[in-house]
Amino acid sequence: MTLQFTVSPDFAPDRLSGWYIFNTWLQKQTGEAIHLELYNDFQSQRNAIAAGKVDLIYANPFDAAMLVREHGFLPLVKAINTADEALIAVRAESGITDVAQLQPGVRVAFTSHPDVHLIGMIMLEPADLGSDNIVPVAADSYVLVAKHLLKGEAEAGIFPAQAYDNLSAMVKSQLKVLVRSQISVIHHALLAGPRLQARRAEIQALLINMNADAKAVEILKSLDFGGWEAVADEAMEFMIDLMDTLNT
Amino acid sequence: MIHDMQVEDIVGDYREASLQCYGAITRKVYYTQIETPYPDGKLIVSTSTPDGVITHVNRAFVEMSGYREEELLGAPHAILRHPDMPAAAFKDLWDTIQRGEKWQGYVKNLRKDGGFYWVKATVIPNIRGGQLASYTSVRRKPSRTKVEEAMQLYSTLS
Ligand SMILES: Cc1cc2nc3c(=O)[nH]c(=O)nc-3n(C[C@H](O)[C@H](O)[C@H](O)COP(=O)(O)O)c2cc1C
Repeated sequence: MTLQFTVSPDFAPDRLSGWYIFNTWLQKQTGEAIHLELYNDFQSQRNAIAAGKVDLIYANPFDAAMLVREHGFLPLVKAINTADEALIAVRAESGITDVAQLQPGVRVAFTSHPDVHLIGMIMLEPADLGSDNIVPVAADSYVLVAKHLLKGEAEAGIFPAQAYDNLSAMVKSQLKVLVRSQISVIHHALLAGPRLQARRAEIQALLINMNADAKAVEILKSLDFGGWEAVADEAMEFMIDLMDTLNT
Repeated sequence: MIHDMQVEDIVGDYREASLQCYGAITRKVYYTQIETPYPDGKLIVSTSTPDGVITHVNRAFVEMSGYREEELLGAPHAILRHPDMPAAAFKDLWDTIQRGEKWQGYVKNLRKDGGFYWVKATVIPNIRGGQLASYTSVRRKPSRTKVEEAMQLYSTLS
């Protein structure tokens, strides 16, 4: 039986090879045949989950409720010291200094990454803005969100904080951040599906011990992770409940 | 456990009120007109037992309420009850969550120093293994227009 592994489609393009190397390492360590299947978008990944074609997933927190509560996935680990945060930015020369100044009809650029979008929309709420009174400007990447702002095709952009920080200094100098989330308890996590759960504790231990092994540390580096830490069932349930409160 | 507020904790000119907590004991509160703005980008999070005793607070909760974490854990959420909040709002909150549903509303909270802060709160039952384990409230920054609407409504209810 080949196990199916997939990664939330919002991973940074330069991490692609890192995920393949990680998968090879995992196969060797577990002695299981594991196939890494990457989906182009969240919807096709969700279809694969619904069809029972996923056993292991590095999941976006937005999908965690569905995975855990509808499909019986359980948490393994999260990357140490990581949290999913979002920010709202405008053009540096714009007169806007506070989200509350944004008006209905404002053009907001964002990508399809569901957790970042959710957090971003929460930060627009203090201006009485919601999906019913903004003009969405869909973008395929964060670089394109920045471009829409610079070209004046959108007045505000929603970014994952980390991706924004990694934009070039040149681009950042032409933008300014209105608000940055400091939630700290929303994060991606590696989850095990029903067919993998007999080996859950063992795999969790393997992952947590990765940063004790020099070779494995290199693999973690290619994913830009400092290591893995265990996620308890209750911590995952709590995050799911928290996402649920933000979803309304 | 819930105590009367202490005059020496209060910052600024204050008024005095007596609140009925859990419809039983009376708590003396002092409150001022000083508003603390909601911190941008943060969520204020707390969890309680099924009967409302605080079991977890995040850092933003501690900072905004003005209490120390040790003072909050084990206290009822009514420690934040502001005299301008109508009892009907909290009755609706409890009726809703006890049916197992999510409650959302605008709440004016009382700080330890007598000041206040407005939040948009969402309270949900935490269901574990099919059973009610606790309740969690997640507050976010409200819009000014929504706060003004709530002020208007609450003044007609209290
Ligand atoms: C999870 C949870 C969070 C709550 N948060 C608050 C709060 O922030 N402020 C508040 O005044 N009441 C809050 N309440 C409602 C209080 O339990 C209480 O009903 C209210 O303060 C009115 O006091 P009384 O019921 O003693 O009259 C919360 C209740 C729950 C279950």
